[in-house]
Amino acid sequence: MCMMAIKVGLARASASLQAYRQLPPVRRKRRLHTIALGYALMAPAVILLLVFEFYPLFSGLWISLTNWRLTRGDFIGLANYTRAFSDPGMWHSLGITFTYSLISVPLQLVLALLLAYLLFQQIKGTQFFRVLYFMPYVTSTVASAAVWAYIFSPDIGLLNRLLEGIGLSGQRWLGESRGILELAFGSLGVQLPGWLAGPSLAMVSLIIYTTWVFVGYDAVLFLSGLSNIPNELYDAAKVDGASGWQLFRYITFPLLSPTTFFVVLITVIGTFKAFNHIYIMTKGGPGDATTTASIYIFNQMVVYNRYGYSAALSFIMFFVILGLTIVQNNVAGKRVVYD
Amino acid sequence: MTKSRRRHPLHIGRIFTYLLLIGGALISIMPFVYMVMSALKSYGSIIANSFWPWPPFGNEPLQWSNFGQAINDIGFDQQWGIPLFWRYLLNSLIVSGTTVVGSVLISVMAAYAFALMDIPGKNVIFLLFLATLMIPGDLTLVPKVVMMFRLGWYNTYQALIIPWLVSVFGVFLLRQFFMQVPRDLYDAAQLDGAGHLRYLFSIVVPVSRPAIITVALLNFIWSWDNFRWPLLVTRDSNMRVLAVGLQQFMAGEGGTQTHLMMAFASLVVIPVLVFYFFTQKYFTEGITRTGIKG
Repeated sequence: MCMMAIKVGLARASASLQAYRQLPPVRRKRRLHTIALGYALMAPAVILLLVFEFYPLFSGLWISLTNWRLTRGDFIGLANYTRAFSDPGMWHSLGITFTYSLISVPLQLVLALLLAYLLFQQIKGTQFFRVLYFMPYVTSTVASAAVWAYIFSPDIGLLNRLLEGIGLSGQRWLGESRGILELAFGSLGVQLPGWLAGPSLAMVSLIIYTTWVFVGYDAVLFLSGLSNIPNELYDAAKVDGASGWQLFRYITFPLLSPTTFFVVLITVIGTFKAFNHIYIMTKGGPGDATTTASIYIFNQMVVYNRYGYSAALSFIMFFVILGLTIVQNNVAGKRVVYD
Repeated sequence: MTKSRRRHPLHIGRIFTYLLLIGGALISIMPFVYMVMSALKSYGSIIANSFWPWPPFGNEPLQWSNFGQAINDIGFDQQWGIPLFWRYLLNSLIVSGTTVVGSVLISVMAAYAFALMDIPGKNVIFLLFLATLMIPGDLTLVPKVVMMFRLGWYNTYQALIIPWLVSVFGVFLLRQFFMQVPRDLYDAAQLDGAGHLRYLFSIVVPVSRPAIITVALLNFIWSWDNFRWPLLVTRDSNMRVLAVGLQQFMAGEGGTQTHLMMAFASLVVIPVLVFYFFTQKYFTEGITRTGIKG
C-alpha cells in the first residue's frame, strides 16, 4: 500500500512539474510562491510529527535492543524479546487487558445503542440529555476516578451503604481479587473450580467505571449515525407492514453498521490503552488482578527502571494488538454495509 | 434531527422511555453531585458514612472551609510564594492553554494546506499523518522520556508542552471540515485580491468555528486530563499539574482525609465543566458534522 502511494505520488509530482513548465513566467512565480506557502503552513506540524512520533519509533526500537536502564545501555540483541516471551507477567497482563476489553466493549456498545435509540424517539430535551450524558467523558479522569474510588470504598463508600441498606453484605470492590462468580456462588455455599471464578471483582469495578465514562460518548456517536438514516426507508417498510423489530433488524442495524464499526474500533483501542483510571484506582492490584498491559509496561519502566525491557514489551504488545485489530477488521469489515 | 415530528400520544412506552433516560442522566451526574456533597461534609460525617448530615436531617453546617483547608494542606510553593494548589492550577492553565492555542493554530495551518492548496506531495505527507494514528502512545513512551532527559527538558514546561503541540486528530478533523467549504468562496476572495493566508483567516476559520471549537475543547480535555506524561517527566512538586497533584494528594494525606480529597477533586473538575457548558453547543455540532458519519 505504501509502495502504491509512493508511485502515485511520483506520478502526480511529475504531472504537476509538467503543468508548471507550461505556465507563463509570471504565473510560474506565483505558483512557486503558493507551493512555498503551502509547505510553510505544513512545516510546524510535519516537523513536530517527525521529532515526537517517528523518531521515537526508531529510537524506541533501538532502546529495546539494549539493556538501557536509567542511562544508556549496551546492545544486547534480542535478549529483551526472548526474555519477554518467557515472562509470565507479560502473558498475564495481556490476558487481563483482553478480559477488560472483552467485557467492557460489548457492555458499552449495547448500553450506548440503547441510550441512542431512546434519545432518538423524538423526545423533548434531547440536547439537555446529551449534555448530561457527555459529562463523564469530559471531566478529568483523575478526579472522577478519585470519586469512584471513594464510592467503591469498603468502609465509607456509597455502594456498600446501598447494598447494606437493602440487606446485602458489603463488598471489597476494587480491593477484591476473587472472581465475581466465585463470590456469587460462594455466598450460596457452592465452591466453584478455579477456572470458573470469573473476572475479579476489582476488574468488574473498573469496568463499571469505564462504562460510566464512555457510554454517553458512544451514544452521541450512535445518535449521529441514527439521524443519517433516511426516514423514507422506515416509512416504506411500515407501509409493507414491518414490525418494530424488523425495522431495527433490516434497516437500522445494517445502515448503522459503519457507525458501529467506527465505535467498536475506538472503544477497543480505548480499552487497550486505558491507564489513568486503573493506575489511580488500583495501581494494577490487588496483587496483579488488574495489571493490564499498559500498567505492566509502566511499572517495568518506572518501578524497575528497565527502559530497554519496557520498550521491548511495548513493541510486542503493539504487534499482538495490531494483529487482533486486523482480524477484527476482516471479520467485522465484511459485515459493514456502505451506502 | 432529520426525523419529522409527528404527534405522539403520551402512552406507557413513552413514559418508560423518559424514565430510562432520566435514570441514565442521574447515573451520569450522581458521582459529581456526591463529590460536591462529600466536599461539604466534616471528617466525622464521612467516617460515619452519613449521607445527609445537614439540616433538616442533621445539624451539621455546610463545611465550606474544606476547600480552603484542602488548598492549604497540599503544601506551599517556595519558588513563587503561593500555596501549591495555586501553583498546580497555574501549571495546568499554562500547559493546557499553550497546548490548545498552539495545537489549534498548527492544525489549522496544516489542515488548510492539505485541504485547499494544490501542493505537490501533499497526499504522501498526509499519509504520514494518518500512519501516526496507528502508533499508540504506549509504544513511544520510553523513547520520548529518554528524549526529554537528553534534551535537558526533564522537569520543565517544555517537556509538558512541546511534544503535544501537534494534534493529528485536529489536522484530520479540520481537513475534513475545510474540504466542505464551498469553492465559490475562494473564487470570490481571489477576485477581491485576497491571497491564501487572508482567505484562510478571514473566511475559512470563521465558517469552521464549530470544528475549531471541537478540536480546541477535545485538546483541552485531553491536556487537562494528561496524567501519565507529567508524572513521568516532572520531579518537583512545583512543576506538577493538577491531575498529578490530585493523585499525589490521594496517595498521601488525601487517602484518609476524604472530605479534603473531594474538595480538591471538585476544584479540578469545575474549570473543565465551566469550559464545557460554554462550548457544548458547538461541540455536539462539531462531532455530528465532521467525519463521524454513518
